[in-house]
Amino acid sequence: MAYSKDQLLARLKDLQIEFSQYEHPAVMTVEAQAKYVGNIGGGLSKNLFLKDKKHRFYIVSALADTKVDMKVLSQRLGLGKGGLRMAPEETMLEILKVPLGSVTPFALVNESARDVALLLDKGFKAQERCFFHPLSNDMSISLNTNDLDKFLKSIGRDPAYVDLEANPAVGKDQPPDLAAFVPSGSTVLPDLPDPASAVQSAGGSHVNANNNCKAATEKAIKPAKDVQNVKDKSAKAVNPSSSFTDAEKFVEEILDRISAKLLSEKLFMQTKEGNIAQQGQELGNEIANRLRKCCYPELKNLATIFKNTAYTQGFHAGKASSLTQCPRT
Amino acid sequence: MDKNEEKQREEEREQVVSPWEVSSSGKIDYDKLIDKFGCQRLDQSLVDRVQRLTGRPPHVFLRRGVFFAHRDLNDILDAYEKGEKFYLYTGRGPSSEALHLGHLVPFMFTKYLQDAFKVPLVIQLTDDEKCMWKNLSVEESQRLARENAKDIIACGFDVTKTFIFSDFDYVGGAFYKNMVKVAKCVTYNKVVGIFGFTGEDHIGKVSFPPVQAVPSFPSSFPHLFSGKDHLRCLIPCAIDQDPYFRMTRDVAPRIGYHKPALIESSFFPALQGETGKMSASDPNSALYVTDSAKAIKNKINKYAFSGGQESVELHRKLGANLEVDIPVKYLSFFLEDDAELEHIKKEYGAGGMLTGEVKQRLAQVLTELVERHQVARAAVTDEMVDAFMAVRPLPNMFD
Repeated sequence: MAYSKDQLLARLKDLQIEFSQYEHPAVMTVEAQAKYVGNIGGGLSKNLFLKDKKHRFYIVSALADTKVDMKVLSQRLGLGKGGLRMAPEETMLEILKVPLGSVTPFALVNESARDVALLLDKGFKAQERCFFHPLSNDMSISLNTNDLDKFLKSIGRDPAYVDLEANPAVGKDQPPDLAAFVPSGSTVLPDLPDPASAVQSAGGSHVNANNNCKAATEKAIKPAKDVQNVKDKSAKAVNPSSSFTDAEKFVEEILDRISAKLLSEKLFMQTKEGNIAQQGQELGNEIANRLRKCCYPELKNLATIFKNTAYTQGFHAGKASSLTQCPRT
Repeated sequence: MDKNEEKQREEEREQVVSPWEVSSSGKIDYDKLIDKFGCQRLDQSLVDRVQRLTGRPPHVFLRRGVFFAHRDLNDILDAYEKGEKFYLYTGRGPSSEALHLGHLVPFMFTKYLQDAFKVPLVIQLTDDEKCMWKNLSVEESQRLARENAKDIIACGFDVTKTFIFSDFDYVGGAFYKNMVKVAKCVTYNKVVGIFGFTGEDHIGKVSFPPVQAVPSFPSSFPHLFSGKDHLRCLIPCAIDQDPYFRMTRDVAPRIGYHKPALIESSFFPALQGETGKMSASDPNSALYVTDSAKAIKNKINKYAFSGGQESVELHRKLGANLEVDIPVKYLSFFLEDDAELEHIKKEYGAGGMLTGEVKQRLAQVLTELVERHQVARAAVTDEMVDAFMAVRPLPNMFD
């Protein structure tokens, strides 16, 4: 049950929140919005809908002029460098129930957005009024931050304003200062067609992707897998995990890597140099030996992961089964 | 104060190696360290013996002298030859989330030992130690312990033979009983002498050493080794941990246990050279397991201390100074192929090969290693960590 613009405005009136509304053609950027409401006093807001590698979502709402550095923000949240990216459009529709160009703190009124974190620019406080979209980008409403707070509290949110331009050091002795904003509850992605939800619902196979790890896994798997769903980056992140729970995929992964090595220039170059005279079986032996040598550590690694994954699933199944057998415990 | 005493004091000041500080005015003198600590050099005959007993080539760290010292390794091998097994014990102090290559070294070696000898392993995460020494909150140190556990698991340990535990979770029961037994045997003066505590240090620090000592005793793990009170223990570690185990070995016979054996490694040099310090706050001083291929290449090219000459002409004439060259040192850690390493050292030392080529080869080797680690790391779930850390029997631990 997604909130509509009119329902939101009605709710604001019910809460006796004072706001001014301005209709205009749909705007996709702050610059476009400024053309229509830029001359009226008040701060324009830019609103970013972000997600981290663990499929947690954030709305970062800032004054148009505030510089928001995603790398710094990511570190301050304790997500490491490069832990934050723009959330894909489908999630905007599913979770915030707003289309592209309409991200706004007001979207948190929707139940589906209950686990989305909100970071508000402390610069808003210095403004008399600030502009936000009321769930639709063909209108802007301006209100005072106190009234925004009133609204947020009414939906059970604790409004917190942050210096978004600050760049404090984050290291072993200085914990990330915004770590408290990271949502703690697991994000429930309702009926999402994208593979990210497949990852979460495949119990136990949730890929805990590390910083840069996605890039690395993409690199590692790309030369091997020619036929692949290249569309969504998270689809690639799913592959390692199902490679280790599904025997078919595991074997395919192994064969892909062997073929890749076999076809790789290096192997042939080395073989060619030493063995111009050799033919047939001798050459075959030579290649087989070289292949063994260079594939062994990689394949052993994969096999160990497969074994550990199988054991883990068995272990948890065993635990669960003994629990169901003794309900009185 | 006579002249000899003065000289000794001066020498001691120049090189400091302890569990909390490793520094030196010049290069670390490992021979002096072995003398001072009283352990043995790991010579070629021992490496050959390991090869014979395990039926496989010795690990690259053994071949290159990275693991270079030991205590009682011969006894372990004697017993092994007679069919007596042993278990491995190693650990990590989870002080930071970011792990660099140097942190992986003991784990890579321990994995080899587990595979080669087919023995079980216990891994201790000293979250309590870091909570005390680095003044982290209890929750933060526990969280770091779990995060580090994931990278450790990614090194490829076999879950059917490996038990990982954090002190905060596991201390108690039989483990604690052993801690008290050990603590009763070490006077306050002794522990001050070994670890250098002062009157200002809090009592948490003073009472910590038994925590790191007792995993050496099989009775600390009744769910694993019950009935095997005389199972021997081998501890792969960096040589700065030696004081803990000197203390442990001193106490062991007094409480009726075998002394644990040790196999010790030298320190992993910082990117900027032997005298540079690897520091968690300087991301350019080390190569992290989370670094991308691009970052690795850049860091090596920009920051790895080169022993090459100033100009190409000079380099062709004089060759490189292999003593201080970091890329060659790193290759000696991570390049498997002995023949190739020899070739590189020869050519580079004579001036035939340039620093750029050596750095390029190093970047290749490390990228492969790091990418493999990242694939494995991505596959480690919280459930897997739970499985490794569960207090459960390991019926196949000697298979």
